[in-house]
Amino acid sequence: MFGYYLDLAVRSLKRSPGLTALMVLAIGFGVAASMTSWSVFRAVSGDPIPWKSSKLFVPQIDNWGPQGRDAGAEPPNAMSYADATTLMRDHRAKRQSAMYQISPSIVPADASKHPINVSGHAVFGEFFPMLETPFLYGSGWSAADDANRAQVAVISGKLNQKLFGGVDSVGQNLSIEGGSYRVVGVLDDWNPQPRFYDVVNSGGFDSGSEDVFVPFLTAIQAGIPNDGNTNCNATPKESGFVGLQHSECVWIAYMAELDDAAAAKTYRDYLQGYAREQQQAGRFSWAPNNRLRNLPDWLDNQHVVPSDTKVSLLVALGLLLVCLVNTIGLLLAKFLRRSAEIGVRRALGAPRAAIYMQFLTEAGIVGAAGGVLGLLLTCTGVASVGWVMPKDIADLARLDVSLLVLTMLVAVVATMLAGLYPTYRASRVQPAWQLKSN
Amino acid sequence: MKLHPMIAALRKHKAGVVLIALQIALTLAIVCNAIFIIGQRVERVGRPTGLDEGNLFVVSQQWVGAPSADTPDGVAKLDAMLKEDLATLRSLPGVASAAPINSLSLLNSTWAGALSTKPGTNFTDRGSNVRTAYYFTDEQVLPTLGLRLVAGRNFNAADVQNHGFREQFTYPVVIVTQALADKLYPKGDAVGKTIYVDGSSSPSTIVGVVARMQTPAVGWGDNFAWHATLVPVRLDANFTRVAVRAKPGQLEAAMKATAPALYQVNRLRVLDDDSVRPFTDIRAKAYRADVGMAVLMGVICLILIGVTAAGIVGLTSFWVGQRHRQIGVRRALGARRIDILHYFQMENLLIAGAGAVIGIVMAVGLNMWLMSRYEMDRLPVFYALIGVVAVLALGQCAVFVPARRASNVPPVVATRAA
Repeated sequence: MFGYYLDLAVRSLKRSPGLTALMVLAIGFGVAASMTSWSVFRAVSGDPIPWKSSKLFVPQIDNWGPQGRDAGAEPPNAMSYADATTLMRDHRAKRQSAMYQISPSIVPADASKHPINVSGHAVFGEFFPMLETPFLYGSGWSAADDANRAQVAVISGKLNQKLFGGVDSVGQNLSIEGGSYRVVGVLDDWNPQPRFYDVVNSGGFDSGSEDVFVPFLTAIQAGIPNDGNTNCNATPKESGFVGLQHSECVWIAYMAELDDAAAAKTYRDYLQGYAREQQQAGRFSWAPNNRLRNLPDWLDNQHVVPSDTKVSLLVALGLLLVCLVNTIGLLLAKFLRRSAEIGVRRALGAPRAAIYMQFLTEAGIVGAAGGVLGLLLTCTGVASVGWVMPKDIADLARLDVSLLVLTMLVAVVATMLAGLYPTYRASRVQPAWQLKSN
Repeated sequence: MKLHPMIAALRKHKAGVVLIALQIALTLAIVCNAIFIIGQRVERVGRPTGLDEGNLFVVSQQWVGAPSADTPDGVAKLDAMLKEDLATLRSLPGVASAAPINSLSLLNSTWAGALSTKPGTNFTDRGSNVRTAYYFTDEQVLPTLGLRLVAGRNFNAADVQNHGFREQFTYPVVIVTQALADKLYPKGDAVGKTIYVDGSSSPSTIVGVVARMQTPAVGWGDNFAWHATLVPVRLDANFTRVAVRAKPGQLEAAMKATAPALYQVNRLRVLDDDSVRPFTDIRAKAYRADVGMAVLMGVICLILIGVTAAGIVGLTSFWVGQRHRQIGVRRALGARRIDILHYFQMENLLIAGAGAVIGIVMAVGLNMWLMSRYEMDRLPVFYALIGVVAVLALGQCAVFVPARRASNVPPVVATRAA
């Protein structure tokens, strides 16, 4: 019977090619616009480390007091050197790392090549196991290396390719900001988006890569300056990088790994105690005002998903809605035009269910055709988001099987839903009235 | 034409009427907001920076193995290196002038602070302070950037000092933008007056006022976009940035000559693909997201209008087909073709008008919801009215084809069996 309905539907659609084309076009465009914006939204709102994000926490300590606070009594979104190093020394989480963005120069061993500039972070050794960074060769460095301010470095596979031709470079020396560092690890392809460990400086998304990681305390000692944001509530009292370290300026990102709610609670209590201590010592003249958010909450709090992306998705969904209303209208016209035919079928004994089947099949075919057009347009759309979105974000939008399946599914299901009311009206056609009037 | 029979006829097609009206309402709601977004973005992108942007390029580079900027000795060496670079750039054949500068309009790397007319304020207190972005530069900045001096004087060579970039230093003289001067001294007599930077108690004198100069911050800094302060200080650090004005028509040549000339002075530096950039490139990058959003909204509006027009054509054609015989009867009873045409046009105007009324309410609702969640501004009435006129015109255009077909129905149809 289904084959018969298919045949009927195709005949009917062929009879009014203009109307059919209108419906297919509307559904194709509506679905493609929604799916293209969905692919972008999906890319930027994804969890960069889904298996672990609920265990990664970002602590915030209010070292500025009520005068420095914006609306909502939110403490600064980065840490001062004093707070970050104390938290590292106390070492209360399972793993933790303070970090700051660096942009050092590297002099290739080959004297004929010009020096290059790379981006990276100064971090603690626990950074690598905490974020489960994949290593191609070697590994991160030890706590002892951190404490001894060892001149070691972890580099990206890309930089390894550039400097060492892609071979295992562990043990080789690298000239970073004029100092000699021993390579201890080479990362495999690792460029999480959003760059969740330091969203304040990356703004979430960054198409550039992170090529070098050096120990935090080594970088401080070598005076490798902070390349990220520095926010101050007062001018530092002393000059230089040391002056910045002694100031209340915030410029350090911090992440801690806490396994469960109990660990988070203990850590929260610890932060509270620390702030109270600072209050008693006279450094803070206000009550403790800390935050400890897990990664998803932190990304949300920092508005990592650009509001333009959300608005685009909403507008595209609005477009899809209009396309569906349009389809309801056109299907209604199409189905009711065939009232006489319905009357004959009903008079010959077809139950209402058969009418439903017949017309929903027809709607489904329109949806499928719209879906095929939508697939083509979605491919075009995803390929051309680079024209309309910032590169950092457009690069993340990908075409994959799940997106294609979803496109088809949305097209067919939405069109069949749109076909429900016209089909209902078709099934209500009075056979007697139709037969009489003809 | 009497509306009463028309409304009575519409009652027979409730579903179709409701669907068209709903579609028009939704289209209006979305198009109004989308066009409003486009308007805002176009306005933002079109803002002049105050710089003479043609023939301007920027050289940003980093020293390798340079002395520390935290010691007096290091600062002296870094300054000598910077001065050598400046001399080299200024002597290039295609270069008109050059000035060291820590950042530039739209470049996003911002040194923000606050100015006050009173000494020793708490500079995070927004009441007694005006936010600003500092440009540390030298006396060549005005000709190089093409800034227009509206009062006072330019810096002279004697004003220019040099400091390590993390050093604490005072700013004896500054030049501010007109917008900032008006904010600090609303009476318009800012030149010669004293201000205090970042809560300091050492005075700075405003020696000049420039017409306009945008701050580097795009987006987060929009609320102080025109509050720039120029400070005659060469900042010495392990990185340098120089704004260069090429002679007319020689931008390409001057940019091409830059890297080789600088390498010749000192090889130990990082100059990569991004180091020498024309200002047009900086502008394009800064506003890429805004242009993209405007294009996206434009595309969606076009599709939306196309779909709605197609829907009206489709449903009206169906009605024309359904009423074929009635039209014939009317024609036979003496209605002219123009009467039939007007009938369908009027009918569409009624439906579209009802849709537009609902659409306005939805547009305002959508706008308020976007305002509460995504930092949108209030939709001006102007946009809503334009939207209404647009959807009514759209309806009339779309209905014309089927309406004309209806008017062509011959009176003889009335005599035939259906």
